[in-house]
Amino acid sequence: MSRSTRRGALAAATVALALTAAACSSSGSGSSSDPSASSSGSGTSAFQPQHKGGTLKLVAHAAAGSFDPQVNYTLQYWQLYQSLYDGLLSFKKVGGQESFTVVPDLAAALPKVTNGGKTYTFTLRKGITFSNGKALTTDDVVASFQRIFKVSSPTAGTFYNGIVGADACLKKPASCTLSKGVIGDAKANTVTVNLTAPDSEFAYKLAVPHASILPEDSPTKDAGTKPLPTTGPYMAASYDPNRELKLVRNPHFKEWSREAEPQGYPDVIDYTFGQTVESEVTAVENGQADWMYDPPPADRLNEIGTKYTSQAHVNPLTAFWYATLNVNMAPFNNKMARQAINWAVDRSAVVRLYGGTNLASPACTILPPGFPGHVDSCDYTKGGGKTWTAADLAKAKALVKKSGTAGQEVGIVTQDDDVNKSIGQYLQSLLTQLGYKAKLKPLSGNIQFTYIQNTKNKVQLALTSWYQDYPAASDFLNVLLSCASFHPGSDSSINISGFCDKGVDAKMQSALKSAQTDAKSANTQWGAIDQQIMGESPVVPLINPKLIDFTSKRVGDYRFSKQFYMLVGQLWVK
Amino acid sequence: MTTPLPPSAAEARRSPGPWRTAAADLSRNRSALAAAVVLLIVVAATLCAPLYAAHVAHTDPFQSHVSGTTVVDGRTVPVLTPSSTGLGLGVTPIGPTWDPAHYFLGADNQGRDVMARLLYGGRTSLFIGFTAALLTCALGTAVGVVAGYAGGVVDAVISRVLDVIWAFPVYLLAICLSVVLLTNGLRLGPITVDAGSLWLPVAIIAAIYVPYIARPLRGQVLVLRNKEFIHAAVGSGAPTLRILRREVLPNVLPTAIVFVPLMTALAMLTESALSFLSVGVQPPDASWGTIIEDGLGLLYTRPTVTIAPGLLIALTTAALNVLGDGVRDALDPSARLRGGV
Repeated sequence: MSRSTRRGALAAATVALALTAAACSSSGSGSSSDPSASSSGSGTSAFQPQHKGGTLKLVAHAAAGSFDPQVNYTLQYWQLYQSLYDGLLSFKKVGGQESFTVVPDLAAALPKVTNGGKTYTFTLRKGITFSNGKALTTDDVVASFQRIFKVSSPTAGTFYNGIVGADACLKKPASCTLSKGVIGDAKANTVTVNLTAPDSEFAYKLAVPHASILPEDSPTKDAGTKPLPTTGPYMAASYDPNRELKLVRNPHFKEWSREAEPQGYPDVIDYTFGQTVESEVTAVENGQADWMYDPPPADRLNEIGTKYTSQAHVNPLTAFWYATLNVNMAPFNNKMARQAINWAVDRSAVVRLYGGTNLASPACTILPPGFPGHVDSCDYTKGGGKTWTAADLAKAKALVKKSGTAGQEVGIVTQDDDVNKSIGQYLQSLLTQLGYKAKLKPLSGNIQFTYIQNTKNKVQLALTSWYQDYPAASDFLNVLLSCASFHPGSDSSINISGFCDKGVDAKMQSALKSAQTDAKSANTQWGAIDQQIMGESPVVPLINPKLIDFTSKRVGDYRFSKQFYMLVGQLWVK
Repeated sequence: MTTPLPPSAAEARRSPGPWRTAAADLSRNRSALAAAVVLLIVVAATLCAPLYAAHVAHTDPFQSHVSGTTVVDGRTVPVLTPSSTGLGLGVTPIGPTWDPAHYFLGADNQGRDVMARLLYGGRTSLFIGFTAALLTCALGTAVGVVAGYAGGVVDAVISRVLDVIWAFPVYLLAICLSVVLLTNGLRLGPITVDAGSLWLPVAIIAAIYVPYIARPLRGQVLVLRNKEFIHAAVGSGAPTLRILRREVLPNVLPTAIVFVPLMTALAMLTESALSFLSVGVQPPDASWGTIIEDGLGLLYTRPTVTIAPGLLIALTTAALNVLGDGVRDALDPSARLRGGV
């Protein structure tokens, strides 16, 4: 997913889940060794009633559109949904590496997996009530799965297409029944989900907001700005995307699992929109706001890092920023030309443009450090080594000369915000040095991500980023670089490079299959696939970013979930 | 019967001609002269940009130097300095060193020499300003003269087209045109302008300001058309083109000339605004507007990057306006007596 807009186009993740593997995936080493990383408050802690109450004031430059949890695909609201909506399963609401662990939420326990990994049986918890006062039933669960398809959820065709009957629902959403795919038994209080094939990542897919359980009578179209009833500790009292979102306590909420859905501290969460990023910083500094969603602008970072050290929380992300090289268009249909770019890019320069070494680190692999399957390896560093140390411009120039592509025009498409544009300007300068006629095309963030995916736009080089949907190597490699993710002529072709190697694809399928039984072996395979793809150089990994959360002085209990970032409901203001 | 004056006295009384009189008037206008000197200095400085970059600053102002270093007080320092205090967040470009050989006005966020870029940017801004102004005045004059002299249907059609353009807010129209043309460039019959070409903002700015020249000139021609000397020319059988060229144009030309410096200032401001909004001059080219935009993200830490081009825009446009006033006073003394245009 991109940071501002999740547009994951997970290509058919085809094989089955062993839920234990999901839990095991949290064994990947974290990168919290970073000295600048703030304490992320890992572990579940007991509720402290003395901090309950008050109004938490959040600010953002803009709202993130529809508030429907099965439609919205933005980090901005997924972060909030953690205290609003629940699925059968959920990511653990704690800080640190443990936040990648899937735990039962509306389900009383992890599902019983039978039929060779193709059938999941969930028993619902009793006594859970929606914020509108209606009790949660198996009918609500069945209707919610149908609704994923009826509202054409962005991940309906990628995350949930393995459910029996999903094909028909994708073709005719309005008449979706999933009659053999999702079966509720009101008497036994169970829900059974049948898959067409085992899926090793299905638990993760059930733990993201698109699988939220909503009342059966929810509209079968995008609810837009009319918030739907919730099961979590908060509910939306009002939402005006041009002004404000107000969350208040859900009067029917009773904590059923502290690790799945803990009760929140503030009585009210007031999220206002429309300020400039500069004024957001000033508001937090002055205590007029408690947290800002947008990354602080470059010229305020030093001020925040020196005067407000206790209020700045820096956390590494399982994400990477990268440049895509179109392998089907000149000059990057030439492998040597692609490798030249990888050799030439000075990752430390990109780190500086992003905000310095404490906000990003150089990347040389597709899988981020600390992510399942990541192996330290770098094919493109001067003098060789396992991590990137320096660019080799001479080697890059020699490769460009050898490729015979010098003098060709290269268009670079970036987003038009300060950081993206400055990295684009750097790439333009670098390509000019290499002998290309480089042109920069900055586009609004609203359209750039879809523009660069469509082959009709003939994008040669694009700057983009990918933030994990869930902690599995396939969420990077299979999603971004498999043949199934390449859809020429479509705005939804997340394999932006157009890279399609049948041999690599076969290895990905093998790794997905291995994940059902042996997560460790699967991750070893993913690491090798990462290196093989980098040998072909369809992308140029640039940096692994970190996130800075800037909170007001009065805010306490800051916790950072690696899955959904700062736990908003766990902040206290009293 | 009058007695003819001797030849020498007749010569002494003969008028030196309108252009010479205007030049003499202009040379006596101290404000206009001072403005002309300022303009000359700015133009000369920007023309020397390549010399400054190559032989003084020893830098390529169009190439990023993000990981580069420079020398300040004998010490080698990074051009972009990462913060080393507190949490060590952020990177700050080097500020003004006041040493022409080493980042005289500091660096921008790409580590490029601001002074060198200012000089190069000035060339671009002045080029676009002057060229667009000349084009606007030429087109506006032609359109105004034809509309005013032809009258009838021709005048009605031209005037309505001008009204339509006039009805749009200038900057909104310029932004719309820029956004559209920046994607695919301009193709008008045999004329092709690439998307990144400097001629694109020239064409856009020239087009949007045509009504501002054409309408007053049309009014002037409407008055001229009823003058006796025009009737005499028509009566003597002179062809229309000749009347326009020999009788009408010389009478409206001073007004058009007065517009040139004023339109140059206006065109420069428009170019700066468009470039600031990323729809004018495209990187790696620099203009004063793009440099201001580059500096916007450094407003708190390195305000020089924004202030320097801002001051130059203000200085140059002020000089152009003062010079324009001087030219107007020189070419149309009655306007000065009236106290306005």
